[in-house]
Amino acid sequence: MIHSSFADRHLHRLFPLPAMIFVALLMVFPVLYTLFLSFTNWNLTSGQPPTFVGLRSYARVLTEPRFLEALGRTFAFTIFAVAIEAVIGVATALILNRSFVGKSVAKTLLLLPLVATPVAVGIVFNLFYDPTIGLANFVLTSLGLPPALWVSHASTVIPALILVDVWQWTPMITLIVLAGLAGLSEEPVEAARIDGASEWQIIRFVTLPMVMPVILTAVILRLIDALKTFDIIFAMTGGGPGYASETLNIMGFKYSFEYFRMGQAAVILVALFVVVFGCSLLIMKLRERSET
Amino acid sequence: MRNAVKRTLLALGALALVSGVAHAQTREIRVMLANHPYGELLKAAIPEFERSSGIKVNLESLQEGQLTTKLTTEFATNSSSVDVFMTRPLQEGKMFQKNGWYEALTGYDFADYPKNVMSVATFGTRTYIVPLVTEWQVLYYRRDLLAAAGVKVPTTFDELEAAARRLNSGDVAGFASRGKGGAAVTQLSTYVYNYGGLYLDGGVAVFDSKPAVDAIRFYGRLNGTYGPKGVTAMSWENIMPLFQAGKVAMWTDASVFYGQIVDPAKTQLSPDAVGIANMPAGPRTNSPFIVTSWGMSIAKQSKKKDLAMQFLTWATSRELAARGMLANITMARSSVWEDRAVLAKVNPGLVQTRAFAARNGYPLDRPYMSAVGEARDLIGELIIESINTKGTSANLERMAKQRVDKVNELLEDTGEFKR
Repeated sequence: MIHSSFADRHLHRLFPLPAMIFVALLMVFPVLYTLFLSFTNWNLTSGQPPTFVGLRSYARVLTEPRFLEALGRTFAFTIFAVAIEAVIGVATALILNRSFVGKSVAKTLLLLPLVATPVAVGIVFNLFYDPTIGLANFVLTSLGLPPALWVSHASTVIPALILVDVWQWTPMITLIVLAGLAGLSEEPVEAARIDGASEWQIIRFVTLPMVMPVILTAVILRLIDALKTFDIIFAMTGGGPGYASETLNIMGFKYSFEYFRMGQAAVILVALFVVVFGCSLLIMKLRERSET
Repeated sequence: MRNAVKRTLLALGALALVSGVAHAQTREIRVMLANHPYGELLKAAIPEFERSSGIKVNLESLQEGQLTTKLTTEFATNSSSVDVFMTRPLQEGKMFQKNGWYEALTGYDFADYPKNVMSVATFGTRTYIVPLVTEWQVLYYRRDLLAAAGVKVPTTFDELEAAARRLNSGDVAGFASRGKGGAAVTQLSTYVYNYGGLYLDGGVAVFDSKPAVDAIRFYGRLNGTYGPKGVTAMSWENIMPLFQAGKVAMWTDASVFYGQIVDPAKTQLSPDAVGIANMPAGPRTNSPFIVTSWGMSIAKQSKKKDLAMQFLTWATSRELAARGMLANITMARSSVWEDRAVLAKVNPGLVQTRAFAARNGYPLDRPYMSAVGEARDLIGELIIESINTKGTSANLERMAKQRVDKVNELLEDTGEFKR
């Protein structure tokens, strides 16, 4: 047996080292590099090498109306989508937590949207939403309602995209909450029942408070994801009509890969990073408070 | 023990040397094509090239926007192994040339290409792009619907609007042209020219001039009043299926789509029902765009330039151009348009509209500048505003002025202002 006193003494540092190098290379480096780029004026259309410009790109991008609109849109999309998903997701979980005929079939069906590829979902929903030959307007007009323009008009594009997000991601919240419900002890519920509480009172005052940390976890995960939503929006509208569905992530993509303004694109992505980080911290604080 | 180590090292060294030599001897190149009818034609023909030349071609094909992104990322990071690629001279030509990503093509014979076509392939005294495909704007129309309504094929904008009004019904849109912001800018261009306007003049943005704004209003009025529902979200890929499904009576777009419109596998219309005509004249002139939409280039970073040149020469040859013509792809070489055997098999509508555009057309369909993507989006905002208000927006002049200032800023940023 080989004895190396160095390895022995530093075992606790050596073993996590590969993982740490991996994290540094794949996660920390890109973030730092983006931060570095945001202080340059790297613009491929100028044909000039990047130069350091300090905060000038920040001043230019952060004051642009298009950026502020995209920021507002990112929040609107996220808040509405996640709120609807949380309400429907928790309600579905509460229903599925009871025993009824066909429960396992319902659970399996519920999982289907989760496993679908977002780009494929986007393409299918685009066909569905087509104002002239789409199924959505056929259904509306069959019911005697006026047809809608769905993703083809600035005023309806965000709600139509939220609908797709809700369709795809509500099951995730259901699934997490369902797991939380399965882990709850039955005793408080039974005690409440003996005390004469109604079913609604049991849900409102016993089950929901107990499962709240799990709900908040699910909401954090969804929130982070929804803030960064790219695939569905890009596949369905590319940020249009005009800029009507342009979120920060889409704007960052357009600035880097369509306008080739790499420095300014980095500013947008740093802003998105700050938004996601800030929101996560906020919700984590809320969660801590709900636990105490 | 030490000897054994030495011997192993020697053997490894020899192995590395042999494999290095072997590697140098493999005749392989990496080629990037676009998902374009000519890209498809090349893809099918490449085995012939591989057999005759002994060069293995590693092929990738991408949608046009993704192709630009992929090439840009590889070239900008100096990590490219691309040898030959398809390129859009008007979209990325200036940017690629400025960054030194094109190899100058010194030994190529360009005698078979018209001068106006070469103007976007040449920078200074050097040529960097072999033109492949030419496109011009045309009017596609439904012969059956026009005949049933007793409407003549429109030859002026006034007639176009009158025809759109007559043909528009609950089920069929009287008229359609791209409305999707930046994507619509190329199709708006002929309207701007025919009204007497331009996007850029001498390196200065001028699309806030009265003729240009009038053209944008007319385009918005036609599309907003007689266009399909949701046209502001539509590019050619959305309008073509509607036309093929019989939901559009007239459509102005690039000539390149003709082959697909009449392809029985893709359309519900009988080929006789589809007509192709010159763009109608505007109040000032009739000068449709006619542009070199695609070309082919060698990457400056390529380490196999001789093999790349061999491929380029084959892929842009007269023989393949003739094959392209037979597949209704409108090639840039002059000689194939003079070859009677070829012309006998090409749709006469294409031949006639090309002759008209070659005589009267304008060689640009977008603001020709490095930051073209952003400039197109800015003009696209005007198109959407105009369509949404059916051409009546009171803000259009003010918006146009602001967008012109922004495009001029972009020109200044890239050192192209007033040049």
